[in-house]
Amino acid sequence: MENEAGALSRVAGLFSARGYNIESLSVAPTEDPTLSRMTLVTVGSDDVVEQVTKQLNKLIEVVKIIDLNDGNHIERELMLVKVRATGPDREEIKRLSEIFRGSIIDVTDKSFTIELTGTSAKLDAFLEAVSKSAVLETVRTGASGIGRGEWILKV
Amino acid sequence: MSVELTGAEITIRCLQEEGVQCIFGYPGGAVLFIYDELFKQDKVRHILVRHEQAALHAADGYARSSNKVGVALVTSGPGVTNAVTGIATAYMDSIPMVIISGQVPTSAIGLDAFQEVDTVGITRPCVKHNFLVKDVTELAQTIKKAFYIASTGRPGPVLVDIPKDVSQQKTKFVYPDKITMRSYNPVVKGHARQIKKAAELILSAKRPMIYTGGGVILSDAAAQLTELTQLLNFPCTNTLMGLGGYPGTDKQSLGMLGMHGTYEANMAMQYCDVLVAVGARFDDRVIGNPKHFYNENRKIVHIDIDPSSISKRVKVDVPIVGDVQDVLKELIKLLKSENAKPDQAALKDWWKQIDLWRERDCLKFDRDSKIIKPQMVVEKLFDVTKGDAFVTSDVGQHQMWAAQFYKFDKPRRWINSGGLGTMGFGMPAAMGVQLANPKGKVACVTGEASIQMCIQELSTCKQYRLPLKIVNLNNRYMGMVRQWQEFFHGNRYAESYMDALPDFIKLAESYGHVGMRIEKPEDIEGALKEAFKLKDQLVFLDFITDQTENVFPMVPGGKGLSEMILV
Repeated sequence: MENEAGALSRVAGLFSARGYNIESLSVAPTEDPTLSRMTLVTVGSDDVVEQVTKQLNKLIEVVKIIDLNDGNHIERELMLVKVRATGPDREEIKRLSEIFRGSIIDVTDKSFTIELTGTSAKLDAFLEAVSKSAVLETVRTGASGIGRGEWILKV
Repeated sequence: MSVELTGAEITIRCLQEEGVQCIFGYPGGAVLFIYDELFKQDKVRHILVRHEQAALHAADGYARSSNKVGVALVTSGPGVTNAVTGIATAYMDSIPMVIISGQVPTSAIGLDAFQEVDTVGITRPCVKHNFLVKDVTELAQTIKKAFYIASTGRPGPVLVDIPKDVSQQKTKFVYPDKITMRSYNPVVKGHARQIKKAAELILSAKRPMIYTGGGVILSDAAAQLTELTQLLNFPCTNTLMGLGGYPGTDKQSLGMLGMHGTYEANMAMQYCDVLVAVGARFDDRVIGNPKHFYNENRKIVHIDIDPSSISKRVKVDVPIVGDVQDVLKELIKLLKSENAKPDQAALKDWWKQIDLWRERDCLKFDRDSKIIKPQMVVEKLFDVTKGDAFVTSDVGQHQMWAAQFYKFDKPRRWINSGGLGTMGFGMPAAMGVQLANPKGKVACVTGEASIQMCIQELSTCKQYRLPLKIVNLNNRYMGMVRQWQEFFHGNRYAESYMDALPDFIKLAESYGHVGMRIEKPEDIEGALKEAFKLKDQLVFLDFITDQTENVFPMVPGGKGLSEMILV
């Protein structure tokens, strides 16, 4: 969509006005600074998703839409998670982080902050694996998606 | 080098470049520079209303009756919030409008300044698009875009918010000839293969039906619709927004369909085998319960310029996205070249069935009543104006009676708030209609409740000598509310009685107009004739009508089209 003030609120407003769900939304300018790219995750029947797509297309600032589920695609989400890490837990969490291909990006004597990238399901799995009481704080970006191979969304 | 102009001068120059002859508005602090420029020129005429809501409705009526873009000018804060009802009204009915609003200076935005509201935020869900112009160098291009967006594709209102300092700043004025936007390219041409499929389906029909809406009016496609309908000898029904798209007095017209549609139109909708929907959107007031409407043996062709209107409430078999006029032209061309006709024997049987439904005489009412029946007033209005008036309405029973009993033969003659259902629309809309059609006969069919929602505009009518005929069907009730209370709420008429009504005759006279009260059925025609003879005067006709009259047929909410309550 056009990288203009207010474009994001039009999308968000459309979802609330028409009663659609936004599971996650991730947006930033592209290599062409006049354009932003947004990945939006929503839940609904095929009919609802069709309506969502059509309604989004009607927004003047939306340039192009694809439904990534129409083909093979990859999605990734970034999570930063701060966990309590003291005593024997420190080793355990470090190991767990390695298993999930995370990296520890901040360390204090009481905590680790781990950076993890993957599908939303993988991030959920990591949180399941760490004991709940150890998780101090999480922040997630929401999914970013891209088509596989030659499937390219370009204006 | 060209001279530099202020933002205010540029605004007015843009309107002149767009050929705008008439705008509706109300001044205030944030738009004073723009009003100053209006004062210095005479190409764009400004109509001063008495409330911003009326400015929007008047611009709306102007647009609906003329197919030009309606333009309104309001100030920041309350100017805009008052206008919101009018903007939403236009949005729901897809009316091309440009609204110019003043805003507090850019340096004051976000600081809770005097008369500041987040105009772009407040209007966002009820405009096709809106802009806040923060830099005077972008002003001309933005206004050009606004007119382009408002009038192309599925039309709609577009708002341009101009901060006061932007209207003061200077820049070179260049008005672009043309706008191209990579993110906005409305489809015009229908897909040839889809049109072919539609033609095949049409030719296979045994019980066909053509169902048309406001899209036919907006696209100026009444001539094409009429040609197609008569070429095929198919029955045709119009929605509330589509009246006049097909001649209402023609034998192939089944009248209006929907909640208060005719028995024959609703039954034919329900039981047809091929339905051709043209510029209509199967909304809740038209088809009732979509589950009840669903019939796997009925095939549907749907022509609409807005893809999101297709398969929204009803799944269709042949969707055609495109401008209605263009698609109909292609369809007619194709049908003519194929030189084929649908099964004529089956069509004859279908017309026989329709005629049986017609015999039900669903719009009958007591013609011998000693009390004025509102239906009779509309019928006489039709007779007296020879069916050639512009008729605006407010919202409620009177609106339905006007739609049922005034047989519109031409498009852009029936002006009402169909989607949003805005009481208070009728009189200001009629002002816009009269200004767009100075020689036209303009009647506003209203009720004593609706008319009071914008009654202050009697003053505007006086100032600009707008000779409207206000046909007030006065039953001392919010009639439609009372009807629902009678049918669905055990006759408990909660707050629907209009007590303490003004003397409308004196009220009209106090504004310098003519007032008439009509209490007997035999006086209806004479009063209407006399009113239309007063060519230069607004006449307020206060018809004292039967308080108990209800609108029939009626499809109750949640019911199906064939489950009508009949009189």
